[in-house]
Amino acid sequence: MVNQQAESRIITDGLSYRYPEAERDAVSNVALHVRAGEFVCILGHNGSGKSTLAKLFNALYVPTEGTVWVCGMDTKDDDLVFDIRQHAGMVFQNPDNQIVATVVEEDVAFGLENNGVPPQEIRVRVDEALAAVGIKDKAKKAPHMLSGGQKQRVAIAGVMAMRPSVIILDESTAMLDPSGRQEVLSTVRRLNQEEGISIVLITHYMVEAAQADMIYVMDDGKIAMSGTPRQVFSKIDEVRALGLDVPPMTAMAQTLRSAGLAVRADVLTVDEMVEEVCRLQQKG
Amino acid sequence: MLGDITLGQYYPGNSPVHRMDPRSKLLLTIAYIVGVFLISNLPGYLLALGFLWIVVRVSGIRFSYLLRGLKPLRFILLFTFILNVLFSQGTTTLLSIAFFRLTREGLENAVYFSLRLVFLVMGTSVLTLTTSPVQLTDALEHLMHPLACFGFPAHELAMMMTIALRFIPTLLEEADKIQKAQMARGADFESGNLLARARAMIPLLVPLFVSSFRRANDLAMAMEARCYRGGEHRTRLRELRYTRLDLYALLCMVAFFVLIIAEGMLLG
Repeated sequence: MVNQQAESRIITDGLSYRYPEAERDAVSNVALHVRAGEFVCILGHNGSGKSTLAKLFNALYVPTEGTVWVCGMDTKDDDLVFDIRQHAGMVFQNPDNQIVATVVEEDVAFGLENNGVPPQEIRVRVDEALAAVGIKDKAKKAPHMLSGGQKQRVAIAGVMAMRPSVIILDESTAMLDPSGRQEVLSTVRRLNQEEGISIVLITHYMVEAAQADMIYVMDDGKIAMSGTPRQVFSKIDEVRALGLDVPPMTAMAQTLRSAGLAVRADVLTVDEMVEEVCRLQQKG
Repeated sequence: MLGDITLGQYYPGNSPVHRMDPRSKLLLTIAYIVGVFLISNLPGYLLALGFLWIVVRVSGIRFSYLLRGLKPLRFILLFTFILNVLFSQGTTTLLSIAFFRLTREGLENAVYFSLRLVFLVMGTSVLTLTTSPVQLTDALEHLMHPLACFGFPAHELAMMMTIALRFIPTLLEEADKIQKAQMARGADFESGNLLARARAMIPLLVPLFVSSFRRANDLAMAMEARCYRGGEHRTRLRELRYTRLDLYALLCMVAFFVLIIAEGMLLG
């Protein structure tokens, strides 16, 4: 277990959480594992417990049963709360409600200021973080002058400045327009690939989920399915039974198959579909 | 209707006045107001005006900007003037109609009080025109910091001001959106008497109120997730530092005081 914890970012074991005075668990008996550098996606319809799960990863909620380890630290340990929050950064859904300061660069500095980092060091890290998410030119702007996608990138920069091991995005693209969604997603993917930061992406957009290394599907507080996107989405009926959809190309592949064409069932992207169709044509 | 409300009246620039430490600007503004209240004759007010004019020239703000700030105060000024003329006690009667006596002292008092108000507003306008709201909040937090020993919530107050400033544009935007949505469904915000119009605001204010509670909840969660734990051991990205500019400004203010006191002794 010790060895496993060292290379893992988040491990949960028998994790359950019940809101005070609720009758049933919002999250029940969840065991999952986020490794270093991994891109994990958590899917689920509204009320499936996925946002509650996110807040458990950041010690905003403490488990009623079971344990969450963030980089080997137990979230139940009160002395470690601020270390955990520094290692597991959160980006929330509403871009307007998570920016504290009236100037972009000051908001990015907020977490560092809270942790008592010396001003010269804050300056360096804020500049790095702004550059990492590509909004260096907006450093002196007022947040309300930015687009939704830009505001979310400010929030990501605020997390990046803390030098986190894992970033948890709790439906952070849900309130954005398609271009803003793309903006946030490509930023997150780049941080994952170039900086090796683990990502936990909570979403109900299947196209976003298709890019993950690992998917967990939540239903009624439990993990209903898990596996790589290919494994999960090839079980179309099961996914649909959980009130979710599959990526459009996977759905199309199924339609083609039921029409008698021999395309693969686990097609995820447009490129793969193009490849499959070309393959069919060559055969034909 | 809501779009034209600007946040503060900061006039961006890079003049020496803009670059001064906001703390010294705040303190010197208070000193200037005290100075103005010490003055008791017309040449003294000319000195005050001259000093203000120099500061305004250095800051690169147009003087008309300052005068514009006086416009909303015209009724208060008029009121102050009339009250002082009517109720001041004096000995040298200039004019007497029935119970009303216009005295020389009364007229002088009226003029001085009005001038004091004018200078008070113009002096503080120079401060708010050259200092961004963020800098002002910073200055207040630093200046109030010693009071924290007596349990005064200096950091909390400054944080509240920052958050309020941050959310003013957001809430204005939302109010605008709600208003348009209500208008699209036939709500009437413009006609009727004052009471009717005030009542028409209720369907606007209730959703705004509810949503600001939700925002507060979200923000608290986000702040906690980013390790917020109050003002203790907190550092700041931008540190306030006194520079040579602040020393020069202080010397100018001292000179101003020497002048008005000397003038008061010579002509008073």
